[in-house]
Amino acid sequence: MSINRRDFLKLSAAGIAIGAFPGIAFAGSELLKKKGQRVVVVGAGFGGATAAKYIRMWSNNKIEVVLIERNQQFISCPMSNTVLGGKRTINDLTRNYDSLKKHGIKLVHGEVTAIDSEKQTVMLANGHLSYDRLIVAPGVDFMFEQIEGLNAKVADESIPHAWKAGAQTVALRKQLESMPDGGVFALSIPKAPYRCPPGPYERACQVAHYLKNNKPKSKVLILDANPDITSKKGLFTAAWNELYPGMVEYRPNATVLKVDAASKTAKTEFEDIKADVLNILPPMKAGAVASMAGVVNVDGRWCAVDFLSYESKVHKNIHVIGDAVSAALPKSGHMATSQAKVCAAAIIELMQGQQPDQAPTIVNTCYSMVSDVEAMHVANVFRFNAEKQAMVSAEGGGVSAKRSELEGTLAAYWLENILNDVLV
Amino acid sequence: MIKQHLFVITCAIGLALPAIEAQAAVDKHARNLAASCAACHGTNGHSSGGTTVLAGMDKALFVGAMKDFKSGARPATVMHQHAKGYTDEEFSLLAEFFAAQKR
Repeated sequence: MSINRRDFLKLSAAGIAIGAFPGIAFAGSELLKKKGQRVVVVGAGFGGATAAKYIRMWSNNKIEVVLIERNQQFISCPMSNTVLGGKRTINDLTRNYDSLKKHGIKLVHGEVTAIDSEKQTVMLANGHLSYDRLIVAPGVDFMFEQIEGLNAKVADESIPHAWKAGAQTVALRKQLESMPDGGVFALSIPKAPYRCPPGPYERACQVAHYLKNNKPKSKVLILDANPDITSKKGLFTAAWNELYPGMVEYRPNATVLKVDAASKTAKTEFEDIKADVLNILPPMKAGAVASMAGVVNVDGRWCAVDFLSYESKVHKNIHVIGDAVSAALPKSGHMATSQAKVCAAAIIELMQGQQPDQAPTIVNTCYSMVSDVEAMHVANVFRFNAEKQAMVSAEGGGVSAKRSELEGTLAAYWLENILNDVLV
Repeated sequence: MIKQHLFVITCAIGLALPAIEAQAAVDKHARNLAASCAACHGTNGHSSGGTTVLAGMDKALFVGAMKDFKSGARPATVMHQHAKGYTDEEFSLLAEFFAAQKR
């Protein structure tokens, strides 16, 4: 599956924009005959699946929706750090996609290989699909090339990022279980923006939670490319000091430039760090499908959109939602669903020749589990600012006063409700 | 009331119109605002468990709770922060939307 993608990435790195070729030859047959108005959604994560469901729901099932997804099952990235801590298993976070079918969504499992924005066609290995509007919800891809010695294979086999929940999450937990007492778990964080700003610090808590109970002489070393903790700083610092005293060490301005998989060594500008478990989060960018659609236009990494509709600033009739979007909005699961709903509502209006809602107001609520029972959150309302043409944080948002078991319970409610909102 | 009348009229001629038009009876901005609440309170306020069921909630009760969260009269872990992000007019829109959802 990934051969196509890797080849594509190589080609696009060489400056050949496949998706931008007008009149690209489409082999294979039309997978589903388009009759009425159709939206194709690529990527059934938090954003894509929500957009698909809400377009059906809010159009009274009048607009055809085809949802393309490479994975057979949905695995929640939010709360997946608790698999490392031991509170949950990966199965607890895994759902199937069948429940979406009751909305009349046509689910196609496959890998997109090219997108023609002029012919409004999406190419898959076994055929193609045409669209009136396309939603690209590709999440993030990893810029392995920025760290010498690291690539997708090394990540799969020995230095997992586990920044997409799934096999690597399980592999990282196994590495933690095999780690000797007194060992070092080194976690490296890329410069912002990256998926889930508080996620790496939550991970440090979950790893420390496991170590405290199982290998108390061990250490969690955080190598942060950022100059400071990027999210919930006071709360995380307090959690480390109070729950895991002497166990978590934080180093700012520490960019990992190179890794050696055999010796489990990470090299920064200043030092070589030998660890027992290396968990490197590479720099991130919009998923490959965004490049295929030709909608990556910010720093070669992200996609600028119109915040009234999430339509790309590059191509008409192509919308981008979720982590791939360039915005002063957190790259979180809840945010992806909030954007998806604005996009869904706008597409329904646009398809009827109407103007979208001119005052989108959306929410993000993000919990971080700092132990098996305690959590804290960040919560914000964001409003469209017409003058700035941007989403701006409204008054009153912020973080928890303190971590608590009550919030740990609320976090579990959040997970249950959001998964049902996305998938059922 | 006007909205309800519109809804009845739209439904009455619904056979001739595409069903998508029935959505005109719903205040779409209110619907869009309310959609963000679903992450914790479920699709259309139908909580899957734990959190308050907003679907079918009395309007005055909803607005009162939001105002109390906003002023700090009612203590909260999260809701005081969200409440401060909305205007009183938006509280009313949200209340209307959720009250209209079948429990």
